Amino acid sequence: MRIVVDLNRCQGYAQCAFLAPDVFQLNGEEALMYDPNPDDAKRLQVLRAAEACPVKAIVVERPVDAEGATKS
Amino acid sequence: MNRWPLLTDLVSAFKARGQIVIVGASLAGLRGAEALRNAGFSGHLTIIGDEPHEPYDRPPLSKQVLAGWVPADHTKLPRLRAIDAEWRLGVAATGLDRANQRVRLADGDQVPFDRLLIATGTRARQWPNPAEAALDGVFTLRTCDEAARVRARLAARPNRVLIIGAGFIGSEMASVCRELDLPVTVAERGSAPLVGALGGAIGAIAAEIQREHGVDLRTGVSVAALEGDDGGHVRRAYLSDGTTVDADVVIVSLGSIRNTEWLDGAGLAAGFWGVACDAGCRAFDINGVVTDTIFVAGDVARFPHALYEYQLIALEHWDNAVRGAEIAAHNMVSLEAERWAHLPLPAFWSNQFGLNIKSVGVCPFGEEIVFTQGSVKERRFAAAYGRRGRIVAAVTFNHAKWLEYYAAQIERSAPFPPAPAGFDQPGDMKPVPAAFPDPRTPTATPVVVLTGHDPTERGAVFHVPDR
Repeated sequence: MRIVVDLNRCQGYAQCAFLAPDVFQLNGEEALMYDPNPDDAKRLQVLRAAEACPVKAIVVERPVDAEGATKS
Repeated sequence: MNRWPLLTDLVSAFKARGQIVIVGASLAGLRGAEALRNAGFSGHLTIIGDEPHEPYDRPPLSKQVLAGWVPADHTKLPRLRAIDAEWRLGVAATGLDRANQRVRLADGDQVPFDRLLIATGTRARQWPNPAEAALDGVFTLRTCDEAARVRARLAARPNRVLIIGAGFIGSEMASVCRELDLPVTVAERGSAPLVGALGGAIGAIAAEIQREHGVDLRTGVSVAALEGDDGGHVRRAYLSDGTTVDADVVIVSLGSIRNTEWLDGAGLAAGFWGVACDAGCRAFDINGVVTDTIFVAGDVARFPHALYEYQLIALEHWDNAVRGAEIAAHNMVSLEAERWAHLPLPAFWSNQFGLNIKSVGVCPFGEEIVFTQGSVKERRFAAAYGRRGRIVAAVTFNHAKWLEYYAAQIERSAPFPPAPAGFDQPGDMKPVPAAFPDPRTPTATPVVVLTGHDPTERGAVFHVPDR
């Protein structure tokens, strides 16, 4: 799966690093490092992390169906 | 009721059946395409990119990728909606024929357009000596292919890495080398790391941080020559102070060059600082007349900004690419009354040496700086930049939560020094010179540049603040 974190928004609350530690890590106190293309098996973890982000900085790719419409 | 139903009909017909070409298949190109579809454009959409890869994110390349945590081909950008585009990847645009509204491609094809979005961005400035640049072990870092090659060399544990240029990317790469416990030398022509972007007062702190982490930092020196061994591998660098550095990996990090050469002869206001456009992302021609069909977004755009005396500003920032592309796309399919302006408060971040460095505003516009929160000694602080009694920018080191406070003040041109924020204020809150180098001195090109008022200025004229 594909994600991107808007690091202008990110303020280092680290909720993502608790909920999906294989995907999000803090380098020091508030510098976020993350895996932009994590394994699909981590989808649930990543969605939880995105939901928990206090500043909504995590953007997750929306799956596209056969007709090219995006699903929510 | 629109007084000119013909125009409304024209826009409706264009949205249904028009042809839009986007040149540039990176962050701005992708987000622009998505925004066009979101705005109801259902005509033909072509995206042209010189790299063979689908759009990927570049900021992780000098951090997670170089550190080996994420493979170089694992930064593909998430798609936010289906865009139903014709992709022409791996083929560069080589010319623009405005009279016939066509983009010429390197493979000889021509792609017609009704409206064009220019999002060709920048490329890494190469080492100026071609023979030395061709030595094995000499790299630049801009694309994922380059990142893969540099990562492979770092994984092979070189004896010493030399990084030429201590801007943000150079400093981030030095940080990764130290994380990997690799010996690293950084050579910077300026007086300190980050000095072009953040000034000498912050640069002095950045220099301390690099040295604390074991970087062999050489400032005020340039690299005069690179020398290879008999096998064509780089082995030594000669510095302008007469010293030498033995290094088997050299990464050239001297800033970027805007990709405008393909527009030569097209009659647009395109040059060293990018393609000039209005605040609605419409390109200017060489006479300063705004075009109706050609739009610009991302690193290659140069647009007037109300917060900075309406000087044209060039911004190599992630959110400028996203937001600029969204606004350009909206304006491409909208009538005059519905157009939006692109007036972002510039913002960027950098992760290095375990620190989260963030900034808002245009720091080099500032003449003075004041440390307003936290502790420089503990490497967690906020500082504000001022010019003629108003706040124009701010920077934080591990103090990101406070940046919004300063952003709000910059947006309304609040007084400088700013009113104290929160708690944890340092004892001495006296403004000191921000100490930016004369922008005309040669160094890595900064990522934010105020380039004066003339939209048709094509050359390398910096705005020099009054001092």
